[in-house]
Amino acid sequence: MFNQPSPHEVKILTRCFGVENSHRIDASLAHQGYDGLKKAIEMGADAVINEVKASALRGRGGAGFPTGLKWSFIPRTSPKPKYIVCNADESEPGTCKDRLLIQNDPHSLIEGIAIAGFTMNSNKGYIYVRGEYRYLIAILETAIAEAYQHNFLGKNIQGTGWDFDLYVHSGAGAYECGEESALLNSLEGKRGTPRLKPPFPATHGLYQSPTLVNNVESFCAVTHIIRDGAAEFAKHGPEKSGGTRLMCISGHVQRPGVYEMPLSTTLPFLMNEVAGGLRPGRTLKAVQPGGSSSPILLPEECNVGLDFDSLAKAGTMAGSGGIVVLDDTADIVSYALRIISFYQHESCGWCIPCREGTTWLKKILERLDRGEGSMKDVDLVGELAKNMFGRTFCALGDAAAWPTGSIVKKFRGEFETKLAAHQAKQVSAELVMIG
Amino acid sequence: MATTTAPPTVINAKLNGQDIQTKPGTLLINLTKELGIEVPAFCYYEGFTLQAACRMCLVQVNNSPKLLPGCTTMVTEGMVIETESPLVVEARKSMLEFLLVNHPLDCPVCDKGGECELQDMVFKYGAGESRFVDIKHHEPERAFSPVVYYDPARCILCYRCVRVCDEGYGVNALGVINRGVHSEIAPNLGDQLNCDECGACIDICPVGALTSNTYRYKTRPWELKHVGTTCAHCSNGCKTTLGVRNDEIMRANNRDSSGLNEEFLCIKGRFGFDFNHHAERLQSPLMRIDGQLQPVSWSKALSAVAAKFLEVKAAGGKFGVIGSNRTSNEENYYLQKFARHGLGTNNIDHARTGDVVTLVDALSGKQGKLATMADLYQSKAALVIGSDLSQQHPLLAYELRRNWRHHQARIYAMTPGPVREDKYAAMKARVPAGQEIAALEGWRDQLAKEGELLILFGDSVKGEAVRQLVDFGESLGIPVKYVALVDYANSRGAIDMGLTPELLPGFVPSQKPGLTMPDMLDGADLDVLWIVGANPLERRSLTGKRPFLVVQDLFLTGTASEADVVFPAASAYEKKGTVTNVTGEVQRLSAAVKTMGAKADLEIFGLLGKEMGLDLGIWTADAVFAEIRQNVRAYNVTMPILASGGAAPTTPVNGRVNVEMRPDLIQSAGDTLFTSGSMTKYSQVLNSVPERPGQLYKPV
Repeated sequence: MFNQPSPHEVKILTRCFGVENSHRIDASLAHQGYDGLKKAIEMGADAVINEVKASALRGRGGAGFPTGLKWSFIPRTSPKPKYIVCNADESEPGTCKDRLLIQNDPHSLIEGIAIAGFTMNSNKGYIYVRGEYRYLIAILETAIAEAYQHNFLGKNIQGTGWDFDLYVHSGAGAYECGEESALLNSLEGKRGTPRLKPPFPATHGLYQSPTLVNNVESFCAVTHIIRDGAAEFAKHGPEKSGGTRLMCISGHVQRPGVYEMPLSTTLPFLMNEVAGGLRPGRTLKAVQPGGSSSPILLPEECNVGLDFDSLAKAGTMAGSGGIVVLDDTADIVSYALRIISFYQHESCGWCIPCREGTTWLKKILERLDRGEGSMKDVDLVGELAKNMFGRTFCALGDAAAWPTGSIVKKFRGEFETKLAAHQAKQVSAELVMIG
Repeated sequence: MATTTAPPTVINAKLNGQDIQTKPGTLLINLTKELGIEVPAFCYYEGFTLQAACRMCLVQVNNSPKLLPGCTTMVTEGMVIETESPLVVEARKSMLEFLLVNHPLDCPVCDKGGECELQDMVFKYGAGESRFVDIKHHEPERAFSPVVYYDPARCILCYRCVRVCDEGYGVNALGVINRGVHSEIAPNLGDQLNCDECGACIDICPVGALTSNTYRYKTRPWELKHVGTTCAHCSNGCKTTLGVRNDEIMRANNRDSSGLNEEFLCIKGRFGFDFNHHAERLQSPLMRIDGQLQPVSWSKALSAVAAKFLEVKAAGGKFGVIGSNRTSNEENYYLQKFARHGLGTNNIDHARTGDVVTLVDALSGKQGKLATMADLYQSKAALVIGSDLSQQHPLLAYELRRNWRHHQARIYAMTPGPVREDKYAAMKARVPAGQEIAALEGWRDQLAKEGELLILFGDSVKGEAVRQLVDFGESLGIPVKYVALVDYANSRGAIDMGLTPELLPGFVPSQKPGLTMPDMLDGADLDVLWIVGANPLERRSLTGKRPFLVVQDLFLTGTASEADVVFPAASAYEKKGTVTNVTGEVQRLSAAVKTMGAKADLEIFGLLGKEMGLDLGIWTADAVFAEIRQNVRAYNVTMPILASGGAAPTTPVNGRVNVEMRPDLIQSAGDTLFTSGSMTKYSQVLNSVPERPGQLYKPV
């Protein structure tokens, strides 16, 4: 763990964090591990899907699509093999929750995947783990081996006659492979570029077969929802954003970390009561509430709920739950450069606007960060971001353009100040030379 | 209660304010193309996988602010499409602006200038100035092969080259490496291409990223005269458009996608023209004086040969004529007329590469059994026997592969070794030459289930085996068409025009069959042997009495070196005429260039005939072809198609061909993609590629 737990947390997914050897099956079994799977088998597939729907669980990977609805899209009686794919390619800057779940309670993940496997009549599942999470692969593989030994994976699971094999597949350092269709391409051994949609993975996913792709935290949540019931989970959030989520808060707060909070939590509460507020003497400058892909919020815009719909209404997004807080010591121009550099590096290169757009934006922001440029360049950044948004092949282009556009719009003054300061320095340097 | 309605047969939509109708399943970009409205696109290329990667084709649909790619959007009922709204215009402009961020301003030195799709689009849809003032990302140029060069900076990553190589040709030599703005096209194995070196990637590239090393920096496209003609190499009859400047062929391609082959060409068609101006092209007649071949004037050579021929004829001596697989129909017709009427002999033959004769005889009385090129693309099933199609008949292979890709055609491959068709064959078997007919019985049930079948067979099926094959085909109870595979540009025409001792033009049996080629070379005791465009003495000598040897050829081949008189001949790219391809389709040859000193074989025949005082008719291609159309069975072809550069099918011959034909005379030359008889020996480009000579039935 990164941080001491907060008394404000509602620890459902993180209930076993801190328990000795919580990643081993004995600890898991001592805490009702795999009871959810047994219950799912008892309930049957239709009841499971209804329970997930009733929980109002929204996808925890970033898009926030209603999980129960996604589960209902899989054609369970298709003659093609059905696949369960867990997206463990956690790469959104600001997000560090899936790694904790895998590290501290991998069995709740395996259980959630197995529940999905049973529900979808699937016989094969894959956990696509980000390549940088090398150290987690060993933990996962040990856990999977234990699950096999205890007949929660493998042949004739719990006497049902249903077989399910689960594999771990390592990525190789590409943010774009967190995009579900690029992930599937990568899993198939191809380049990690996204696919045309439609058709969607639900019908034409891995090897063009019906595939359910969900985030790590989504699968873990399902485990608890099935075991303890949808209402028990849903009650922690507003009507359409049920339950708790692992909120990752970083930046200029006194107690940065990962906290499992109800989705009814507000941003000020998380920042101040849970994360200890700003450092003494500092004032709030900006917040990105949904990872680096989300439009930035000014202090006066920060009084908002952290559920999916409230943030969308505020012109930003909840995304993968990575909240970044900036105080008055932050250089917004450098921050903008840092963000665009990430997307430029991660752009897969498939489509023109993202490949060339992120490169161009980075070059302009590099200059602006050095103070070289004029307000025309700042305006150009805004225009290019507008020309990229909605026109790229996948959401990475939007993720690059949306926050960048919001920063130059809302913090125009800061750019102006930085450019003017640099110009003044140049002038006085020249004066020194002449003088 | 659910009601089922029949699927619609017509979709109604609105395009730029106009009401339109189209078929269900029409892509937006094809709808606009049909109506003459341009939706610009780079990565969309008809016939290959859809991508929507370049985002140039974004259009506005149903007034939504989010634009949709026209290349992957189906037109649906009631759809409102705007291709010229302000939002679309702005999107195109910005897409081009993004593209020009890193694309270098190489136009002054780039081969593609003047025929570049990016240039065209920027003129039409782009801004006059770029707002980019930073440093462009640049990588140096790479050489993928002696023929294919790649400039990463110019590449717009449309992936057309990757798709044409993989999906079109089944070679898959190109792929993409690195990520983002560092992405590059690269050979899939190592850093050099191991491929067919066909150059399709170069021609399909919309910009100057992939360029031809044989053409680079030599000229500008608007300086070239473009002459459409038929490729001089294999029997498939691809149209090739030669780019000529100052009587020199600078390049060949088929970018206008005309002809049977559309955009397809192999290395021979695209690069194998350079034999034409090899320094060793014969440019003067040669005569053996004091044991040595010496250059002499045309009049001296012609009068010497004419005198000899007349002398031998008067004395009742024996003539032998060996014709060519490559000379035009007019030349073949005139030559056999010269031999039969002028010299009074039926000793005329050529190197036969496929058993067309037995096939035509076996099909006697049946209609519509000979396949045309279109059947390769349309037939629901095809059976390939004894041919490494991609090597020996690359256009046929390409059409079959396209047929499989687009129509899920079922391909059957029965060959002595692995072939490229194996990858997608419905059934495949390794069967040695001569055992195919027996092996086919094992496939009878499977083949009989097909809706129709196209059977292509190589030289391992000949004589009686051809009759057995036709019996087999006809017994399946489904419509079957056939192709007897032959090797060279006019191998079919050689047979059709009667360059055979037992057949007159049009498959008419001769009353007095003459000597075959092997017989002429072994102990025939000929007085005169006249060899036109053939090289039988490259690897073997004549036996028996040594005849007066007259040879017509482009180069001083092994055969020409033995001659008493050599006439310098013009190549297929230097004369007018017609040739007939393997599927019996007639196409014209156009004279693109001239080599000083050489004359078309037809002209040489005419001049010789005149010198001898013979009356064989006018020796222009037009006049001879008019006579062919009158006199030769199957050649009453449609002139407008031919004259406009199209392929006119010969009407299939119907009736028994009563001849005593020797199947042992049939032998394929076994050329690969990189060889074409003695001609490609003189092609610098073909000699430069590491893949030459290539290998048939290469093990995987």
